[in-house]
Amino acid sequence: MRFGLSLEQETFRDQLQRLLADRAPLDRVREVAADGNGYDERLWSGLTELGAMGVLVPEEYGGLGMGSFDAGLVVEELGRSVAPAPYLGTAFVAPLVLSESGSNSLAAEWLPRIAGGEARIGLALGEAVSARAGAGVVVNGGRLSGKALAAMDAGAADAFIVSAGVEQLWLVRSDASGLTRTPMTSIDRTRALAELRFDEVEAEPIAGGASLTQRALDLARVALAADTLGAADAMFQQALDYSKQRVQFERVIGSFQGVKHALADMITGLEPSRALVWYATHAQTEMPRDEAHRLACHAKAHLAEVGRMVARAATEVHGGMGFTDDLGLHYWFKRIGLDRQLLGSPEQIRAEAAAAMVA
Amino acid sequence: MDLSLDQRYLDFREQVRSFVAANRADAPPSVTSRDRGAPTQEALDWQRRLIAAGYTARTVPAEYGGFGAEPDMLETMIINEEFSAAGIQAGLAGIGIMMLVPTLLEVGTAEQKARYIPKAITGEEWWCQGYSEPGSGSDLASLRTNGRLDGEEWVINGQKIWTSGAHFAQMMFCLVRTEPDAPKHRGISYLLIPMETPGITVSPLKTMTGRSEFNQVFFDDARIPAGNIVAGRGEGWKVANVTLKHERGGLGDPAKSIARFDGLVKLMREETINGQRAIDDPLLADRLMQLEAKMLALKLNNMRVLTADLEGNDPGLARLVTKYYGTTLNHELDALAIDAMGELGVLYEDGDYLRDEGAWQAWYMHDLGLIIGGGSTNIQRNIIAERGLDLPREPKAVIPPQGMGGRG
Ligand SMILES: Cc1cc2nc3c(=O)[nH]c(=O)nc-3n(C[C@H](O)[C@H](O)[C@H](O)COP(=O)(O)OP(=O)(O)OC[C@H]3O[C@@H](n4cnc5c(N)ncnc54)[C@H](O)[C@@H]3O)c2cc1C
Repeated sequence: MRFGLSLEQETFRDQLQRLLADRAPLDRVREVAADGNGYDERLWSGLTELGAMGVLVPEEYGGLGMGSFDAGLVVEELGRSVAPAPYLGTAFVAPLVLSESGSNSLAAEWLPRIAGGEARIGLALGEAVSARAGAGVVVNGGRLSGKALAAMDAGAADAFIVSAGVEQLWLVRSDASGLTRTPMTSIDRTRALAELRFDEVEAEPIAGGASLTQRALDLARVALAADTLGAADAMFQQALDYSKQRVQFERVIGSFQGVKHALADMITGLEPSRALVWYATHAQTEMPRDEAHRLACHAKAHLAEVGRMVARAATEVHGGMGFTDDLGLHYWFKRIGLDRQLLGSPEQIRAEAAAAMVA
Repeated sequence: MDLSLDQRYLDFREQVRSFVAANRADAPPSVTSRDRGAPTQEALDWQRRLIAAGYTARTVPAEYGGFGAEPDMLETMIINEEFSAAGIQAGLAGIGIMMLVPTLLEVGTAEQKARYIPKAITGEEWWCQGYSEPGSGSDLASLRTNGRLDGEEWVINGQKIWTSGAHFAQMMFCLVRTEPDAPKHRGISYLLIPMETPGITVSPLKTMTGRSEFNQVFFDDARIPAGNIVAGRGEGWKVANVTLKHERGGLGDPAKSIARFDGLVKLMREETINGQRAIDDPLLADRLMQLEAKMLALKLNNMRVLTADLEGNDPGLARLVTKYYGTTLNHELDALAIDAMGELGVLYEDGDYLRDEGAWQAWYMHDLGLIIGGGSTNIQRNIIAERGLDLPREPKAVIPPQGMGGRG
């Protein structure tokens, strides 16, 4: 038994951290965030060279065929660096959804391109969770019509995985005729959200029915939890460092018990969450589906709460400085904020977990 | 990430399971709202059976009455899991077994081990912990109960308080100031005191549970042999820290939270409100799920701690947060059970409408005691911040001299 990273995983994580320090320092994040497209070519190619794109792509399709824990570690690091990369849809959700579906031709077409860093996949799964007023996608003779809101990783996507209700997932190419993609400006400029309008758009069914839709949701949720873990960890660390430097009343503020206890509470929430997220990401490819589903629900809902608490408290520890654009702490604050809102509120997800328990 | 267990552990789990299945009928009932007094004969018999089978005192050397197995944390984990899944006790959980025995094994002399450990693990000799004093709780090192060497004897004077089980214990491990001129932390010794020593008076304190679980203990020229000291003179603080390490680990044990959670789910499946099961109430179910996530996080965190221990690494913060996290989680679990029972949640001790023998109210109080004892929540936060996060200690505040700082 060994709960945690293997030696190879630690090496992989070190490489990722070095890459991100080099290609996604805060100044670069700021530049990329300015256009809100959530994509940076140089970072993407660096991730591809490290093999990060192919982690979940089966070897027969040119990937590494590793487990969801490895991919979760990438997401966690991206969150830690608030890195602009549409990794979640492309390299976490799409490879498993496509390779587990019965649509071999789709898998054969897209998976090698994903592993090679040549394709990016967005996710429009919101309608399977909570269709807001005016939204909804209907299928007619294999063509999609209607509207999907808050499609994720949408900026540079070559195709989208789209849910029409919960029954079926579809693959829609970005250049399909009748598809209009309109950016939705969100608090988090490091990742691109979009409204997708479908006007009789040609789509290919991803064979797998409602259970594959659920699978896609579980994967996306667990990845959002991993992103929050990394981002919250980074915020905590910045607050801790700041508390050891900032002097008021002739003392570093980290010596005031109010500040100290705020930090202790943050880490007490975070530290066990780390184990929860690690196991939840691990479970996606290594445990039975019901266990994977249960853990995905808990990880997403719990990290939404812990993330919000840490984001708020870490900002407060910074005083007025925390409120500035200059310090940039808000990039993490907003990243955590976005993770929380997407694909189900904590309340809704807990209701799903409870339903699974009493079933 | 490798969560699989080697074949020998799978075999071991089977072995524990069949023991549990064959013997569970004789297990003493688990603690409810009834008195937590001296262990019953039934509990003592059960304890002996568990020691013989190697499911408690497993790693205590055979020469001291234990089972003599090599320490193996996975075996310990399996035993805890199987016993708590079956809802039975994996042996007596007295402070002597949990704290004194590991401490003596670490720093006691051969004579002390031989004299005290065998009787401590069987429960034949019950121990209490004499640390806190009226003026020294969180600031334990300020304690003033004093010991003076007179020939071959320590002569002890002073007072302890909140001493759990002192009203039926035969022995006390006690912190006593023996070096009045040494700095605060270096003037304390760790003494082993027979409770029948003349000059010791135990005065039970009634607690919020309605019973007497803890006591005041007065020392008035109580004389004990000079050899009843663990490690050297002035070494008591260090020894106590060995002991506290064991106590805090025990207080954040996820096995307890898991058992509480399972009991809560069972209760919420059975309890109905207007004909609807409590578990089907969306607001109660929401709280249940929040707590399940925390329970899972604690359990998985413990596997991380275990992994670090197995590999000889320091689990750091992952261990430091468990007392604070685990005890507050348990209290939230108790609170939800009480809320799920509505007005019947207030019932206590006796009556037709009592659920789970009134355990939840008893636990709600008991678990609050555990939040305070063993280092309160604030003290845990200080420890996490100062030891775990390397934040500076509190500067000393000046206590105003009498008659000057007050408001007149
Ligand atoms: C059920 C129960 C059983 C017990 N059993 C035993 C036993 O068997 N043997 C034994 O020796 N003791 C026992 N204790 C005592 C226990 O260890 C003490 O109660 C505990 O250490 C707190 O000390 P105190 O009661 O003096 O509270 P205080 O130290 O006076 O604390 C009062 C409040 O002040 C806060 N506080 C104190 N210092 C600080 C600080 N530096 N920063 C922030 N806040 C602070 C505390 O968090 C607490 O909220 C038991 C207690 C309980 C409740």
